[in-house]
Amino acid sequence: MTPLAAEVNENLAQISNYLVYSSMAVYTLAFLAHIAEWIFGSRSKVGRTAAALTGTKAAAAGAPAVQVRGKGGTAVLDKPKVVTRSTNGTRDVPDGPGAAGGTVNGDLYGRIAISLTTLAFVIEAAGVVSRATSVQRAPWGNMYEFSLTFSTVAVGAYLILLALKKNVRWMGLILVTTVLLDLGIATTWLYTASDQLVPALHSYWLWIHVSTAIICGAVFYIGASGTLLYLFRDSYETKLASGGTPGRFATSVMERLPSAATLDKFSYRINAAFFPLWTFTIVAGAIWAGDAWGRYWGWDPKEVWSFVTWVAYATYLHARATAGWKGRKAAYLALFAFACWIWNYYGVNILLNGKHSYAGV
Amino acid sequence: MSTTDRTSTEASNPSEDSAEAAAGAQLSTAPAEDGGGPVGIGVIGWIRWFWRQLTSMRVALILLFLLSLGSIPGSLVPQNQVDAMKVAQWKKDHSFWVPLAEKLQLFDVYSSVWFSAIYLLLFISLIGCIVPRTWQFVGQLTGRPPGAPRRLDRLPAYATWRTEKSPDEVLAQAKTLLAGRRFRTEAGTGSVAAEKGYLREAGNLVFHIALIVMLVAFAWGQLFKSEGGKLVLRGKGFANTLTQYDDFKYGSLFSPEDLSPFSFTLDKFDATYEESGPQKGTARDFTAHVTFRDGVDGAPQKREIQVNKPLEVDGAKVYLLGHGYAPVISVTDPTGKVIYKDAVPMLPFDANLSSSGAVKVPDGYSDKDGKKEQLGFNAMFVPTFAGEGKGTMLSQFPDLKYPVLALSAYHGSLGVDSGLPQNVYQLNTSKMQEFKDADGQLFKKRLLPGETMELPNGAGVVKFEGIERWATFTITRQPGSGLALAGAIAAIGGLAGSLFIQRRRVWVRAVAGQDGVTVVEMAGLGRSESARLPEELGQLAAALHEQAPTAPDQPVKETVEGERG
Ligand code: HEM
Repeated sequence: MTPLAAEVNENLAQISNYLVYSSMAVYTLAFLAHIAEWIFGSRSKVGRTAAALTGTKAAAAGAPAVQVRGKGGTAVLDKPKVVTRSTNGTRDVPDGPGAAGGTVNGDLYGRIAISLTTLAFVIEAAGVVSRATSVQRAPWGNMYEFSLTFSTVAVGAYLILLALKKNVRWMGLILVTTVLLDLGIATTWLYTASDQLVPALHSYWLWIHVSTAIICGAVFYIGASGTLLYLFRDSYETKLASGGTPGRFATSVMERLPSAATLDKFSYRINAAFFPLWTFTIVAGAIWAGDAWGRYWGWDPKEVWSFVTWVAYATYLHARATAGWKGRKAAYLALFAFACWIWNYYGVNILLNGKHSYAGV
Repeated sequence: MSTTDRTSTEASNPSEDSAEAAAGAQLSTAPAEDGGGPVGIGVIGWIRWFWRQLTSMRVALILLFLLSLGSIPGSLVPQNQVDAMKVAQWKKDHSFWVPLAEKLQLFDVYSSVWFSAIYLLLFISLIGCIVPRTWQFVGQLTGRPPGAPRRLDRLPAYATWRTEKSPDEVLAQAKTLLAGRRFRTEAGTGSVAAEKGYLREAGNLVFHIALIVMLVAFAWGQLFKSEGGKLVLRGKGFANTLTQYDDFKYGSLFSPEDLSPFSFTLDKFDATYEESGPQKGTARDFTAHVTFRDGVDGAPQKREIQVNKPLEVDGAKVYLLGHGYAPVISVTDPTGKVIYKDAVPMLPFDANLSSSGAVKVPDGYSDKDGKKEQLGFNAMFVPTFAGEGKGTMLSQFPDLKYPVLALSAYHGSLGVDSGLPQNVYQLNTSKMQEFKDADGQLFKKRLLPGETMELPNGAGVVKFEGIERWATFTITRQPGSGLALAGAIAAIGGLAGSLFIQRRRVWVRAVAGQDGVTVVEMAGLGRSESARLPEELGQLAAALHEQAPTAPDQPVKETVEGERG
């Protein structure tokens, strides 16, 4: 590397740092906007959940409704409407209205928060790209870089889901909070100056294995936050259904979340959709280990915990297919599986040193 | 499957539920949950009960969970299989726990009795699960979708409208439509049943079978594998026979004939390191340039071996593992004759390649008085010395910037003839005497390349001639890895099929209403509640609706929406 190029690259690395700090500032603003959204939203009186659970049953199971939409005298007929109905055994509870609680102000702040999140995402992604350019390699050589990419991907996935008009706005506050946490940890404790890779990491498998690992982690994180909220919301609904009155704060927050069934389905779909990719990640890692270390599988701590995580998610998917294990029990398994993932990231990298050691953690 | 067409009105009639159960029956091949006790009497009854338990989903679940918990200790306690040195260290540090840990086989978790028991039970359960499921699936492939349940509006997705087309026309069109979308269809009386997504089950079975294939491949690999290490000096060679290895491990069914005949010489070794910055000294690139011969007398070929790029020779792989320095040392006896000249590999003990080793001169030396003796030197080598006065013999950088060799000298018996295996990197001084310097201390000296050290009292001269490099290679044979890879790929494909494909059923019913207008009802049912199910039903309904449009202007008692203006 010529000295000039080295200097350019050092500048790029510096720019990357500025970008990361700027994105943190914008995420903080988004965080405040979300708080405002929740506060304004708390002024609405909704009570839909309680009504559904304790009030009289709506005539949902009545005779089929026929919908005809006409214009003028001649009936120009639209396509038939599909009525959906949850299967037996699940509560028929409507989803909450979201953090804004249907209030105009709340909604405004919610939209501001999302715009800010989008902006912060763009800045952070630029930070990742400039970091990668500064070293001319995949930006996944150490934990600082993993953490950056991790939160970028998580926010990216959230924004994609939003763009697809999926019901994920309820996640905004949690996501932004944890992204700030992740970036805070990354910049204070994990920071490593941008540099080249140790020989074991020189491989195109780095692109394949590490990128899919980060994507899986980010998406599993989104699934896990859904699961966690499902547990809270489920207790809330159970309490209501059995005639209890949850506290005012709990009511205010829980009522605005989607129904337990929706949250549960949301995390199941996310976890199930990315389990094959996680399987692929492990297989790709084994192939790489075969090239780099001469064995495909050697029970190195990182390998052990990837395996544990994999088996835990497989257990969770099995639990969903088994009658008596749906619902809360399966949710605990999902959280255990994600806890294994997180431990494999922080715990194993920092505390248990195996062959998977990186330059500067 | 019992049909319940006799049931009349009430929605919450229990037989209605069983009608729905029938509609959803056989949507998957998952075994039914069975909580009952043993049936039948005696041993057979118990065995049957045990087998049914073992192959139930619940036990599979528990075993899976145990497998994940059981793998954990192996990451917290060092494993013999991974790093025997760390095990020894751990034992020293935690002596209190050693007996318990040994009893629990905590140093060999992955080959321990209890871990093996978990996964063997799991795989027996898996086989016991797959076989009946496969039969069931084959049965489903030739079966027909079950008839429409009586009340379609109780299913998860439902649509209805009235049309002037006759019921027969509607049903015929529905059948064509569904068959055109690759549903398997079955005409009933006044209704059509359709089903799609059999690949889901196929994928699931492929996935579980692939797990077994992978396990077999791993077991095969364990039994037949071999793995050996060899340190090769620059300019020297290696031939793949058992005697040439420094160390060798193998599976219980390995035979030495399995070693493929090849050889190579190490021509050159390149290493580059980070020269500056916070990660100064971190290795960036290692390349071993070798001349390789396949077979006993193959033509020489130039090859490169890098950390991630092993050399592959039919079934075996040669990996570059480590590298280090070997100072070249010569010894001249008191008469001026060079009796020893060799490159002596030193063992690195830190990231900057500070190395230690021993120079052993077993033959050819006689002292001034003509008495035959052996010479030995403890050696420390640093590729980059900190500088005179900085004291320590710890290297500052892994490359050769300021190489220094420190030797301390002994004479007497090396003990190599005693028949006991000796560590080549360590000097056993128990039968040796120190050479003394003027102060009566152990005679030692630091040498730069080309410098010499005169042993006291004209006992001879030692010269640091130069520096060679060495590299260590691991040569492994792991049969079955192709099979394992095939299994892994099949597992991923099967999983994707199993998780992304929905198995679902659609029913269309068309009956003439009292006023002669046909009432069309459509409903969908899936394995799990999916957002895609109502979506698909909507599309199907729209398509059918085009051919059987809504009858205009009907007198309905239900909600009539949008009749404005
Ligand atoms: C080696 C251990 C096993 C692993 C890693 C494993 C993994 C999985 C995974 C990831 C799924 C999810 C795919 C899906 O939902 O379609 C699944 C489904 C399934 N597994 Fe296993 N499994 C194992 C052993 C077993 C055993 C022993 C049984 C039988 C008792 C079994 C029966 C099933 C069934 C019936 C399904 C399908 C559930 C459904 O239709 O949704 N599995 N398995």
